[in-house]
Amino acid sequence: MPLLEDGRLRPDPFVTVTDEEPLPEGTPAIISLARLLRDAPAGRNAPLGVALAPEEDPRALVPFLGRLSLVAVRLPKHRDGRAFTQARALREALGFRGEVRATGHVLPDQYAFLLRCGVTVVELPEGADPAIWNAARQAHPVAYQAAVAGDAEPLGFLRRHVTA
Amino acid sequence: MSAPAKVKPVTAPVLLTANDLRDGRVVWLTSDGSWTLNVTEARLFAPDEAAQALALGQAAERLRQVVGAYLTEAELKNGVPMPRRFREKLRAVGPSVDAEPKPSLSLAS
Amino acid sequence: MDSLPAIPPHARTYRYDAVDKAFLQARIAEFRDQVQRRLDGTLTEDEFKPLRLMNGLYLQLHAYMLRVAIPYGVLNTRQLRQLAYIARRWDRGFGHFTTRQNIQFNWTKLADAPDMLAALAEVDMHAIQTSGNCVRNVTTDEFAGAAADEVVDPRPYAEILRQWSTLHPEFTYLPRKFKIAITGAPHDRVAAKLHDIGVIAKRNTEGEVGFEVWVGGGLGRTPIVGTKLFDFVPEADFLATMEATLRVYNALGQRENIYKARIKILVRDLGDEFRRLVERELAEMPEGRYRLPSEVVQAIAAHFAPPPFARLTDNPPALRQALEANRAFATWVKNCTHPHRAPGYVSVVISLKPIGGIPGDASADQMEAVADLADRFSFGEIRVSHVQNLVLPHVRQEDLPALFAALKPHGLATPNIGLVSDIISCPGMDYCALATARSIPVAQRISERFADLDAQLDIGTLHVNISGCINACGHHHVGHIGILGVDKRGEEVYQITLGGSATNDAAIGELIGPAFSYDGVVDAVETIIRTYVAHRAPGETFKDAYRRLGPAPFKEALYAAA
Repeated sequence: MPLLEDGRLRPDPFVTVTDEEPLPEGTPAIISLARLLRDAPAGRNAPLGVALAPEEDPRALVPFLGRLSLVAVRLPKHRDGRAFTQARALREALGFRGEVRATGHVLPDQYAFLLRCGVTVVELPEGADPAIWNAARQAHPVAYQAAVAGDAEPLGFLRRHVTA
Repeated sequence: MSAPAKVKPVTAPVLLTANDLRDGRVVWLTSDGSWTLNVTEARLFAPDEAAQALALGQAAERLRQVVGAYLTEAELKNGVPMPRRFREKLRAVGPSVDAEPKPSLSLAS
Repeated sequence: MDSLPAIPPHARTYRYDAVDKAFLQARIAEFRDQVQRRLDGTLTEDEFKPLRLMNGLYLQLHAYMLRVAIPYGVLNTRQLRQLAYIARRWDRGFGHFTTRQNIQFNWTKLADAPDMLAALAEVDMHAIQTSGNCVRNVTTDEFAGAAADEVVDPRPYAEILRQWSTLHPEFTYLPRKFKIAITGAPHDRVAAKLHDIGVIAKRNTEGEVGFEVWVGGGLGRTPIVGTKLFDFVPEADFLATMEATLRVYNALGQRENIYKARIKILVRDLGDEFRRLVERELAEMPEGRYRLPSEVVQAIAAHFAPPPFARLTDNPPALRQALEANRAFATWVKNCTHPHRAPGYVSVVISLKPIGGIPGDASADQMEAVADLADRFSFGEIRVSHVQNLVLPHVRQEDLPALFAALKPHGLATPNIGLVSDIISCPGMDYCALATARSIPVAQRISERFADLDAQLDIGTLHVNISGCINACGHHHVGHIGILGVDKRGEEVYQITLGGSATNDAAIGELIGPAFSYDGVVDAVETIIRTYVAHRAPGETFKDAYRRLGPAPFKEALYAAA
């Protein structure tokens, strides 16, 4: 499925691998947290990513952070906002610097909030129009609170411009 | 606001009701396919017409006439249809309390 | 509207600057576009519903309902006049004040809603986050900044919470709605222990402000009195503590079952572990990012500086003479005023509970009358109480006779605050799509039954709270007498609980026995009150008597004959 990053669509170099399949050599792969904990894959040349389920605590990734290029967080329904807290924890508590990807049932109205929480890439449905997403992202250039990304110049009190 | 989607076999006559998309008012489907605010003008569907009635409601939703169409059991009283459930009677006749400011409240107490 | 009246110069409400105004205009433009897309078919109802709810627009039983946030219950007269204007232009000439210090317009049309929001924006008001699984309107003490017993003015912190929670990127898709109340007085007038988070602002021995934080209280299907999370959070850590608490809730709160999704269930299930998790979040936060700078507090507090009080003394001769001369006036003063911090001033509660009226309803004419009186007598400021009344916070004691005389012609001088007819009632099935029974007519009939003022005065302090469904918007669990309307095979029946309390001694009322019919519930309330009167010790309130006596004599009186 198409990926949206910095307002543009781009291809996905990763393949998602089930817990039973062998890890493909030389191809970027996304595995589950359970598999990461079980196999602790090491010595790969290709990038490795992990898909967190909504109920999984990102802190479980701490021993592996140096080996991870990507962490995916998922909204099973758009109303299920656990991914926001997972993304923020990845950036803030864990200091993760790789790609944080939002997958699942994401609405354009949520794009700006995801970016503010540290998500960098959103997986879109096939055929989605990035223009709608970019318009929604820019609907509110001002925020009333600190976040982990996108804070620009302060506007008095706790307010700030948002660049995300 | 749609009623809870319970799939129960319809055994009594029913009315098709919904809220008007534009003003939210309670409306009832009539025999000529239009929607009325007046429940006494509503079409009473026989139990075996229920599926057909519901399809009319879904069509009206797609046409953006109404929101949340559903069936509710009703009976003829004095020759005109009236829903059976208390909640639906309230929907049909409006609040049981004054829905306008009482003149007495703005006059001498 | 052709021309708006000026903001009264001394009214202490948060005043929007260009940044706030631009933010709100962007929000309205966004919603206007969404409404248009719904009407032209681009958006389905399923897609549109969450968008309209985020702007306070519900579809209720008979029409759309717009719920407008009154931030922490504080209004200036310009804002109240605008609410009157909206009521008259787009509704049926009245509005309903709620237990969460909001106002609801019951007869809204979809296409009008953006214009109503634009009219609200003209006076720095909105309907953002009056619905949805987000942080809702923050509530506070209706006597904030005025009460004699106040230790810390909660309004600046309530405004900070309002701003901080507005379109919060992390907390807009919580498991369930989230309600915060804050008070700064030792006497709890905000039901702090019955909120998702309840905050009691206080001072340490050095005079520094800090916050006692309660978490996991609530009513609804599973009523729970909250747990104290922290005894004294320093001011600088106030928002960090809110962030940390909400993070734990957002990550771990139940999402499968709507009835188990509030934070109270998580706190109950986790016990002490909940505090440990909040402390872990706090420990992991980067230094500084969530600190609340004292300069910000001071800058926002400047909006709430005391108005220019005159140097007066308590009990002026004009008041003393009027109290002696006019018994009706004396009764009103006794029941409808609250002690003020400034000598010679008092806060006045304006009852929206006339005998036989709809609790919390005010006509546009009444709103304008109250605005006129607030300009004349209260520095242009009004408060909305969670008991669904209005308050003029700063009235000169010497002006009380004139104010009383001016309220009377508008039906606003009912002297029943805290008495049996000062009933909290949700809209119930007359308006609400969720309700299982009517509430308002029950409240009306109870107040008519006890219409005689002397009888009410003899009964004394008594809170009757009525909800039309288990969601408990009428706070029935914490009424001294609580009434819950439920549907029993198509009939409205009413369960009665006794002994609840929403204040410092917060308690959930006990179910007294089988439910009563719509016709029988008023008789049951009268029987309960007669039983209290027969058993009370001299000077003993209903609540105290119930706590001493227990349910036995009330059960006996209600059910023995049957």
